[in-house]
Amino acid sequence: MEAILSEIIAKYNYWIYVVLMMVGFYAMIGKNNLVKKLLGMNIFQTAIILMFISSGVKKGGLIPVLDKQAALEHGVNSALINNPVPHVLMLTAIVVSVSVTGVALALMQRIYRRYGTLEENEILEKIDR
Amino acid sequence: MSATNLHMYALATPLIGAFAVMVVGRFSRRAVAPMVLGILSFSFAAALAVFLQVLSGGGFRYVVGNWLAPYGIELSVDHLGSLMQLLVSGVALTASVSAVKSVAKDLEERQHLFFTLYLILIAGLHGLVLTADAFNVYVLLEIASITAYGLIALGRGRAVVSSFNYVIMGSTGACFYLLGIGYLYILTGTLNMADLARIIPTLESGAALATAFAFCIVGLWIKMAFFPLHVWLPNAYSDMPDGAAVLVAPLMTKVTIYLMIRFMFSIFSPAYEFIQHAGVQQIVVGVAALGIVCASAMAIAQKNLRRMLTYLIIAEVGYMVGGVWLANAQGMTGAILHIVNDALMTLCLFLAVSAIAYHEGALDFDRLRGLFRRMPVTMAALVVAALSMIGVPPTCGFFSKWYLLLGGIEAGQWLYVGALIFSSLVNAVLFFRVIEIAYFRTPDEVAHGSGHEALQVREAPAAMLQPLVLAAAALIGVGLATGPLVQHVIRFAVPVGF
Repeated sequence: MEAILSEIIAKYNYWIYVVLMMVGFYAMIGKNNLVKKLLGMNIFQTAIILMFISSGVKKGGLIPVLDKQAALEHGVNSALINNPVPHVLMLTAIVVSVSVTGVALALMQRIYRRYGTLEENEILEKIDR
Repeated sequence: MSATNLHMYALATPLIGAFAVMVVGRFSRRAVAPMVLGILSFSFAAALAVFLQVLSGGGFRYVVGNWLAPYGIELSVDHLGSLMQLLVSGVALTASVSAVKSVAKDLEERQHLFFTLYLILIAGLHGLVLTADAFNVYVLLEIASITAYGLIALGRGRAVVSSFNYVIMGSTGACFYLLGIGYLYILTGTLNMADLARIIPTLESGAALATAFAFCIVGLWIKMAFFPLHVWLPNAYSDMPDGAAVLVAPLMTKVTIYLMIRFMFSIFSPAYEFIQHAGVQQIVVGVAALGIVCASAMAIAQKNLRRMLTYLIIAEVGYMVGGVWLANAQGMTGAILHIVNDALMTLCLFLAVSAIAYHEGALDFDRLRGLFRRMPVTMAALVVAALSMIGVPPTCGFFSKWYLLLGGIEAGQWLYVGALIFSSLVNAVLFFRVIEIAYFRTPDEVAHGSGHEALQVREAPAAMLQPLVLAAAALIGVGLATGPLVQHVIRFAVPVGF
């Protein structure tokens, strides 16, 4: 028990990512309301962002902005500096996720105008009719 | 214009052109069609030049903006990549000739917006076939998908709902792929494909690497609608406007299969997939065979030509995924050949559908009666495409299926071989049913002694017929050119050790 607990606490950010991902995935698959599905998708994407960012951060790490002079003279101790690449990748991923959300919201608006509801089962009933 | 960056012109022209079309289209609707055709012709010419260059001088790698790999983003212009680029630009150009006409009819006011999305989608596909950076694949995949969501939502009936379902499924796929890339980055610290391929064999953490592989490959499977992850495809593809379907249906799934090949053999290696994890191959080929059978069976149940074709696309995805996972040279050659052939077949079929729909509207089977009288050219092209889908020589469908069958026999995957034969038979039944309805049955009005105009020739406009006839000719042309194609291009794409 002790061992498991300390394992969880030591890597709590990764556990949070897994839990968030499952919450999002459940909402995408299991929920009936389209807004909830979209929110689930956003939670899922946020979980991935958390995973990436966690992987780049170091305990006591400094921001990756270096004094060129000092870096040239003394070299760079990469153990002291956070890895900026995951952050940069996630900036792109955030842009993608925002655009997908935008497209999905626009679609939802048109769905609502056409069918007057955002509940999936009611929409499907109206399509069949 | 230097000769080493022609592929960048092929990629950048549609991207920049998209925004030019949006701006110009606001003021002059008549300028849209010539602009789109001009942009895509230029892109096609550049892709053709790159292809010939690669044929004579071999492939090369290109660093964008001179940021050297592995830090900068690298493009890889090899035999397979330039073949795919030629395919993408050729199909896009042919499709757009027809799309210009059908979009002008379907979406009068919003033409320029449609073509903005259309061109960005093409630029995204160009990027996908060239990129040699694993994260870049994610971004370009989303560029292609987001524009496809928009194009689908412009369609008829419940297109918006289909598009929303595709958004949810497509994003799940992309998220899985991104997660896999995250694991790979944590393990290797690099995103460049060549660099990944160099580092991965030295890793010891088996479980994490397998997780990365599984996430990425499942993400790509969702994107390509591999059975049983295909549920979004039939609705999305059949509700799309015809102008978009002629582009999206031939290219999106095929490019994703190309990405799977890239992922399996440029990042990972055949040794990893087929020797270290020997059991997986059996399962994937089995599922592919099951997918082929199920999708063919579901195609039989459809009463609408367009929906029938969407299920056939899913069956074809099974062909190609199965072919790649057969893990021998014949299967791999067949799968790559089938990417080209299936893109052309689907193009031809959807161009025919779009030409029929121009006058007929709905495509339910009983509306097709007497169609051979009314649209002889369209139906002749449809028959060529149908023969190719069934696999009758000398159409190209025969040759790729032949390679796939040989590969299946060589690998001893009898389930897959059986599924291929079953699917060919089902295709024969399906298309001969369509041909029978269109050729022998007379429309109701004629049977009742009135409405003779239903038997008069009333073809689609020439702009829709020309690409259709060209595509049908390409089916036979590529079929006859299979030997040189395999000899000079595809041979180089088969991984070492097969």
